[in-house]
Amino acid sequence: MTTAEHGHHDYYIPDASPWPIIAMLSVFLLLCGTALAINDVGFGIWLVVIGLIMLSVMFFGWFGDVVKENLTDCYNAQVDRSFRQGMLWFIASEVFFFISFFGALFYIRNIALPWLGGVGYLGATNELLYNQFTAQWPSAGPDNVGGGFTPMGAWGIPAMNTLILLTSGATVTWAHWGLKINSHRQLVAGLGATIALGLLFVILQAWEYSHAYHELNLTLNSGVYGSTFYMLTGFHGFHVTMGAIMLMAIMVRAMKGHFSPHNHFAFEAVAWYWHFVDVVWLGLFVFVYWL
Amino acid sequence: MPRAKARIRILSLFTLLFCSETALGELGINFPTPAAPVAQEIYDVHMLTMRITTVLLIIVFSFILYSIFFHRKSRGYQADQHFHETWFGNWSWIFVPAMVLAVDLTIANSAQKTLEKIWVVPKDEKLMDLKVIGHQWWWEFEYLDHDIKVESRYTPEEKAGDLYLREVDKRLVLPTNTRIRFLHTSADVLHAFWVPELGFKKDAIPGYVTETWAEITREGVFRGQCAELCGTWHSRMPLVVEAVSQEQFNSWVEEQKTLKVAALAEASADKVWSKEDLFEKGKGLYNSKCSACHQITGLGLPPAFPALKGSPIATGSISEHLKIVLNGKEGTAMQPWNSLNYLEIASIITYERNAWGNDTGDVVQPADVNAAR
Amino acid sequence: MSTATLAPANDHEHHGPPRGMRRWLMSTNHKDIGTMYLIFALVMLFLGGASAMLIRAELFMPGLQLLEPDLYNNLVTNHALIMIFGAVMPAAAGLANWMIPLMIGAPDMALPRMNNLSFWILPAAATMLMLSFVVPFFPGGGSQINTGWTLYPPLSLQVGMSMDFLIFAIHLLGISSVLASINIIVTIFNMRAPGMNLMQMPIFVWTWLVTAFLLILVVPVLAGGVTMLLFDRHFGTSFFNAAGGGDPVLFQHLFWFFGHPEVYVLILPSFGVLASIIPTFARKPLFGYKSLVGSMIAIMFIGMVVWAHHQYTIGMSLAAVSYFMIGTIIISIPVGLMVFNYIATMWRGSMTFETPMLFAVAILLMFSFGGLTGIMLAVVPADMQYHDSMFVVAHFHYVLLPGAVFGLFAGVFYWLPKWTGNMYDERLAKIFFWINVIGFNLTFFPQHFLGLAGMPRRIIDYNIMFTEFNMVSSVGAMIFGLSHLLLLYIIIKTIRGGKPASARVWEGANGLEWELPSPPPFHSWTTAPQIK
Ligand code: HEA
Ligand code: HEA
Ligand code: HEC
Ligand code: CUA
Ligand SMILES: [Cu+2]
Repeated sequence: MTTAEHGHHDYYIPDASPWPIIAMLSVFLLLCGTALAINDVGFGIWLVVIGLIMLSVMFFGWFGDVVKENLTDCYNAQVDRSFRQGMLWFIASEVFFFISFFGALFYIRNIALPWLGGVGYLGATNELLYNQFTAQWPSAGPDNVGGGFTPMGAWGIPAMNTLILLTSGATVTWAHWGLKINSHRQLVAGLGATIALGLLFVILQAWEYSHAYHELNLTLNSGVYGSTFYMLTGFHGFHVTMGAIMLMAIMVRAMKGHFSPHNHFAFEAVAWYWHFVDVVWLGLFVFVYWL
Repeated sequence: MPRAKARIRILSLFTLLFCSETALGELGINFPTPAAPVAQEIYDVHMLTMRITTVLLIIVFSFILYSIFFHRKSRGYQADQHFHETWFGNWSWIFVPAMVLAVDLTIANSAQKTLEKIWVVPKDEKLMDLKVIGHQWWWEFEYLDHDIKVESRYTPEEKAGDLYLREVDKRLVLPTNTRIRFLHTSADVLHAFWVPELGFKKDAIPGYVTETWAEITREGVFRGQCAELCGTWHSRMPLVVEAVSQEQFNSWVEEQKTLKVAALAEASADKVWSKEDLFEKGKGLYNSKCSACHQITGLGLPPAFPALKGSPIATGSISEHLKIVLNGKEGTAMQPWNSLNYLEIASIITYERNAWGNDTGDVVQPADVNAAR
Repeated sequence: MSTATLAPANDHEHHGPPRGMRRWLMSTNHKDIGTMYLIFALVMLFLGGASAMLIRAELFMPGLQLLEPDLYNNLVTNHALIMIFGAVMPAAAGLANWMIPLMIGAPDMALPRMNNLSFWILPAAATMLMLSFVVPFFPGGGSQINTGWTLYPPLSLQVGMSMDFLIFAIHLLGISSVLASINIIVTIFNMRAPGMNLMQMPIFVWTWLVTAFLLILVVPVLAGGVTMLLFDRHFGTSFFNAAGGGDPVLFQHLFWFFGHPEVYVLILPSFGVLASIIPTFARKPLFGYKSLVGSMIAIMFIGMVVWAHHQYTIGMSLAAVSYFMIGTIIISIPVGLMVFNYIATMWRGSMTFETPMLFAVAILLMFSFGGLTGIMLAVVPADMQYHDSMFVVAHFHYVLLPGAVFGLFAGVFYWLPKWTGNMYDERLAKIFFWINVIGFNLTFFPQHFLGLAGMPRRIIDYNIMFTEFNMVSSVGAMIFGLSHLLLLYIIIKTIRGGKPASARVWEGANGLEWELPSPPPFHSWTTAPQIK
């Protein structure tokens, strides 16, 4: 790091801030409420509602402060780097969250199910407990938990969704180019297209779920296939939704002219996040739908 | 427990490593003396690694102790500021790992050899198959080759005395000098079969079957217990193996078969039983099979285990009562009681509906159970 | 408040800490947050210790003395989780918060507000953990958590609502660690004083860098695992249910993929503390800086691929167990190299034995012992006997207490004068050391024999053949436990006063943290120090 880069003022240390503690209280209420609600304790749901409201207030407040500080030029290049690196490692941790689900899928398909079916090391399992059962993917296990179902094909909506997400990846990049050449119109148009594609994706996904529930009898309870299918696609869908909300926030800020070709960390953070969601989808498409 | 033995055990605490191994085993400081070749192999590898690590520990300790005694300021020792720049400092990062690696490979090598001998159940010969099913909190043994089942439960303290938690009502009887394949599984949660003298510990996993084997080489009684946390009474799942000669084993098998036939005959006879008979039968069965959870007093251990005294089910409709005993309740410790025959179920239910002040006066006959199933 | 946050960045030097509760609740100062972490950890140590005392009191004699079986297992679960997530990790994070900016010449942590968040999530998580402990005592609260800290299904599927509180508590703890780790990584990469490259950082900073990476990689997997557990419990999925094609053992893989690296998370920061203490009191440069860095990185990578040594008994194939056995044994190379380097740093030094150094020596001796029993456990055939016996309990307390907890004690004594500006009472501290170490060995050494003789772990009641050693162990535990009251007294006494400490508290101390006065100014390095 050179002194020139070190900039005109020191590393910005924010003053005491109420937002972290509010964040803490809101997740605390949210999670306690959820724990109670899923055990049929009536007032749990109210804690969830209060928690969610506080959480959104907190996000507005916290990010609002960051935006204000940024606009009043509190941040030097070093602070900007801290933000970038922070976002990068956050995404890395998210990758490992998904790895746990992909790992579970891999383990179940390639290790546990074959055992149940009498192949491999624990062969006696099949002989003694399930001599009627042969393992083949997709499966709802020896007891066919959840009843017979039709697995989700890869080449209908999922393939279309792949295309949609890939295109949306391209549109954010196009928006980024716009930002770099200071073309406000290209930036906003690019973001708008990305959000539209993201929403389209979510809608199609929802439609696919309802199709699965109503016509394929493929539910969360359909044995391991249903479990892994819905957990992977569900958490991914959740991330897409979050990503889309983040994109909307960024779009509002872009329209207000918050970004300049040299100062747009928030935009890039969201774009990275979007690409990450994109890449996870490719993994899903290959391992959940296709193979 | 004789006092003297206790004292010796404490005294010999620190003399463990290089002493007579079997004596230490008996004192409860080391593994008990193996009763099967597999256990012997394990024992040997255990002693080997323990000795290697002891030597390593002595080396590490000597260096540390030497330096803290001699290299201290109070003795006027001057620090060698360039020690880390000597050839030793420059190259230790390569030869220390090399030495450690050599030790590691020695250990791994002997362990690997042992594994190859013991890990896979030798299937070529005639094996005796024994299915071991863990339940909360008792063991079920199914002699697959003889069509016999044995249920084994802990003996309460009043009866077991000093052997409390090491004694069961029905032991696992096994022949010596026969290869036995243990097929472990579980009816509810994880358990683990562990009899130190036989060597292997293996988890019982619901829905899966894991295997171990043993060939018991000496007669005797070997005690162990469940070694995987399985809930409330994990501490009350002792295992007792009684190893007997092949002849004794054969006659034991015959005896069990006769008993089984008699019980079946009794249960299947379309006999209508008197309330008193059912109640008496039910009391014995309840106290051995249900009391672990619902307690002898019928008060249970709420909230984990509901009281049956005054319970809406045990005093309400008979069909609900039958249903929960026959089918269990998924996601709780209450399992379906498939191991009980109709007579047994009928008598337990009759008992429950009339004991502890549940004076419903109801009598449930085996035929009623048959109809409900 | 938002006007305050908009105050121009430059006039920080003009005002000290914010006053009153704002200083603590809303802190953005690494030292204040570090202090809160450390106090929190101390409170948790006492809570976790209190449950350990109940456990040991129950095990003093055969029979059911004080507790019900479910309560016993609930205490065991709570004890382990509080100690690991509430005491050791926060204490290490407290040291990181305090020391990393000082050691690398930074004004503060890179993301100060997030720093506050990662701390304040902890009390929320701890509250949920406590709730999971007490909920069953309320009407309708369901059964107690009797699963042990490993939460293996199907047993954890049988537990009532308290398990859900626990699952969410684990999520919160995970969020806190991940955020703290991100902050530490960014601080280390981005906030070093000009001219300090990575290979000039103190080893303590390195240990935390590696630890933070480990946390980022493995904590999310635990979060995923307990999420699946939650879904199996409430939403009808079949991840851990064979009937639906799942496998209870899958949870064990996910848990230990986190759990094994976690033990290095616990140990590494303490080893970093040793790398500061030993050279100081040996008055001699650290031996083998590069190989220490290399060992840590090796520990990180090898540590992530050997998790199944906790599951040798689940029925793996010969090839799989051989792989996990060899991988596990190989870890002795980097760990051994670290231990070796510390011994070589002491070798031919000019040593004095103030309390931090006493702890350091005790750590080397006792951790080596615990590590070597770890090697014994790694040997698959032998582990068929040791597994889930008291031998394992003895092993991990030997590595956890000397390895992690004593390292933190050593660090606290070493830096307490720097933090408070007062010297602690050396005589009392030495008394504490001796009682503590003797009590510790009395508690856990006999447990090896119990395990070998056949006593399983996690049992409330045992046969009389195990009585004597359990009595010794329980008496030891009382001595050990009470000794911590002395620790508390020493710390409070030092905070309240004492001989003023100079900037370079210890004769042989080296490093940037000693160039600031004791206690350091509110904003540590407002101008970056010059690195030679
Ligand atoms: C800080 C925590 C910590 C640390 C550092 C370690 C370190 C090690 N552990 Fe331990 N372990 C735990 C905490 C820890 N462990 C816990 C909490 C459990 C139980 C969890 C539960 O079930 O609840 C456990 C359980 C556990 C098991 C499972 C036992 C079972 O359940 O059956 C095994 C098996 O392999 C194991 C092995 C090891 C090994 C090989 C090391 C190695 O890293 C040790 C390396 C160190 C040395 C070897 C000593 C120093 C080196 C030398 C002196 C050089 C010379 C050495 C040689 C040539 C060998 N540990
Ligand atoms: C960092 C982690 C850590 C730490 C520091 C400790 C510290 C201690 N542990 Fe723990 N322990 C674990 C991690 C840890 N443990 C884990 C992971 C398990 C496995 C759990 C499982 O099986 O799921 C376990 C399990 C475990 C068991 C086995 C239970 C069983 O399997 O049945 C036992 C039994 O002796 C035990 C004892 C102790 C004792 C006596 C201490 C002592 O060091 C505590 C000393 C500290 C204090 C006592 C606090 C301060 C003092 C006071 C509060 C003063 C007043 C107190 C009185 C004297 C009354 N622990
Ligand atoms: C391993 C523990 C365990 C054993 C052994 C056990 N039960 Fe249960 N039982 C339970 C649990 C847990 C429930 C509560 C199920 C629920 O949540 O509804 C229960 C519920 C019941 C109920 C319903 C009570 C009510 O009011 O809800 C009856 C009746 C019953 N058991 C009978 C029996 C009989 C008969 C036996 C022995 C043959 C037996 N149980 C053995 C654990 C056990
Ligand atoms: Cu069965 Cu523990
Ligand atoms: Cu491990």
